Amino acid sequence: MTPALILDLLLCVLIGAVALSAVLARDLLAGIVLFIVYGLLAAVAWVRLDAIDVALAEAAIGAGLTGILLVGAAARLRRRGEGKNVEPTRGMRRAFGRAGQLALCAGGTAALIALALTLPRDGAGLRPLAEQNLAASGISNPVTAVLLNFRGYDTLLEVVVLLAAVIGVWSLTPDRFWGGVPGLRQHARPDGVLAYFGRLLPAVGFLVAVHLLWAGADAPGGAFQAGTVLAAVWLLAAMAGLTDAPAVSSRRLRLLLVLGPAFFLLVGSMGAFAGVFLGYPPSVSTASILAIEVLLAISIAAMLSLLVLGVPRRLP
Amino acid sequence: MADILLLLAAAVLLALAASLVRILWGPTPADRMMGAQLAGTGGIAVLLLIAVASQQWAVVDVALVLALLAAFATVGFVKAASPDGAGDPEEEPW
Amino acid sequence: MVSIMDIATLAFASAGVAFFVAGTLGLLRFPDVHSRLHALTKADNLGLGLIVIGLMLQAGSLWLALKLGLVWLLAILAAATVSQLIARAALTGRPHTLSRSDP
Repeated sequence: MTPALILDLLLCVLIGAVALSAVLARDLLAGIVLFIVYGLLAAVAWVRLDAIDVALAEAAIGAGLTGILLVGAAARLRRRGEGKNVEPTRGMRRAFGRAGQLALCAGGTAALIALALTLPRDGAGLRPLAEQNLAASGISNPVTAVLLNFRGYDTLLEVVVLLAAVIGVWSLTPDRFWGGVPGLRQHARPDGVLAYFGRLLPAVGFLVAVHLLWAGADAPGGAFQAGTVLAAVWLLAAMAGLTDAPAVSSRRLRLLLVLGPAFFLLVGSMGAFAGVFLGYPPSVSTASILAIEVLLAISIAAMLSLLVLGVPRRLP
Repeated sequence: MADILLLLAAAVLLALAASLVRILWGPTPADRMMGAQLAGTGGIAVLLLIAVASQQWAVVDVALVLALLAAFATVGFVKAASPDGAGDPEEEPW
Repeated sequence: MVSIMDIATLAFASAGVAFFVAGTLGLLRFPDVHSRLHALTKADNLGLGLIVIGLMLQAGSLWLALKLGLVWLLAILAAATVSQLIARAALTGRPHTLSRSDP
């Protein structure tokens, strides 16, 4: 019973307990807080599984952005007086009682575990192939190399999907606020604790984001993690009343949003002229990947902030 | 030595489990937010201990991101509890 | 042969974890919000601080030690701000708008 095993077992039990409590909690805020703690523990689990890039993303999103999103949503629900639980319709309740739902979830989990057990024990998968070609990719962090070089196609599509999500959220704007400013006008006492926090943290956060972006080339990090940290600290500055969101119709905002994916697409198309879409000539691959990462981080930061802020609710 | 550090990390995880009790029980929302704060700090401690125990220094970056974003949900909650949903507890009048 | 640095690290880290556990006990057992907040800050500052000091001794380079210190500073900054905000919000005793139980 090595200490590592004890730690891992404790972690597993804790994750299960937190997840169960989050779902079964009577109080809405308790459920939200437990969900944030779940994200935190999941980040620790990723670290134990040696997936540090994923742990970075999980810490930033699960413990940071999702928290504000859920708290804000719960507060808006409460303020609009729609506090009651939505009762499932008669048919649903008959078809899926509590026991039914539990059985469905348990069945799904059992199927996943059975599938995982059939995977080859020492199957290396695509890893040897990735490691062989790592030198040619221009990046020494294998995760970043896969994300932006070997499978750049996936990353491009993911960023476009994120952009589509932002547009989807904007499409819910009521007519009278079309093109307006998302989120409430935040204010805070100018010499209070929150204002100072909102001045100090974004500066540090910006440095951390730059560090994550730069380190992503040969250590865990990358555009997505850096973008998330940037989004979070910008939201903090907004919550401290120090800055306000731009109007959704603002040209500069829209430019920021499309900058990353557009540049990615541009570089990919230039590769297409040389024969391979999203292929980089080895001599410039490092430089182009870094450039793509910087612009992607900026765009992702803008997209995530807008997703958290939500639907425009006031005129500029 | 790595073993002892991992055992200490397990001890911090146990303390974290205890904070869950406060999150579930806490009669007031402030109690729940304090439980969340303790969980956040506990997570940072666990990550730092794991980083040194396994000599994977990149994990310190994960702890850094967590420390940066630790206060977010609480700030969001405190703002949401203000009269217009966008205020500051230190403003007059509350 | 265990070096003096290793012993120091273990001593600091154990002390830090002890404060952590003490802070958690306080959070569970104290009677009201403000005293629990008091207990929480011990875990945040002293608990994490002693752990970080212990681990700094193991860091190979100055850069790593500074990064560890930065983690601690950010954690205390967050804890200080959050404690102030929670205490103010709890003090004025507004009806809380977020929590509602199932009917």
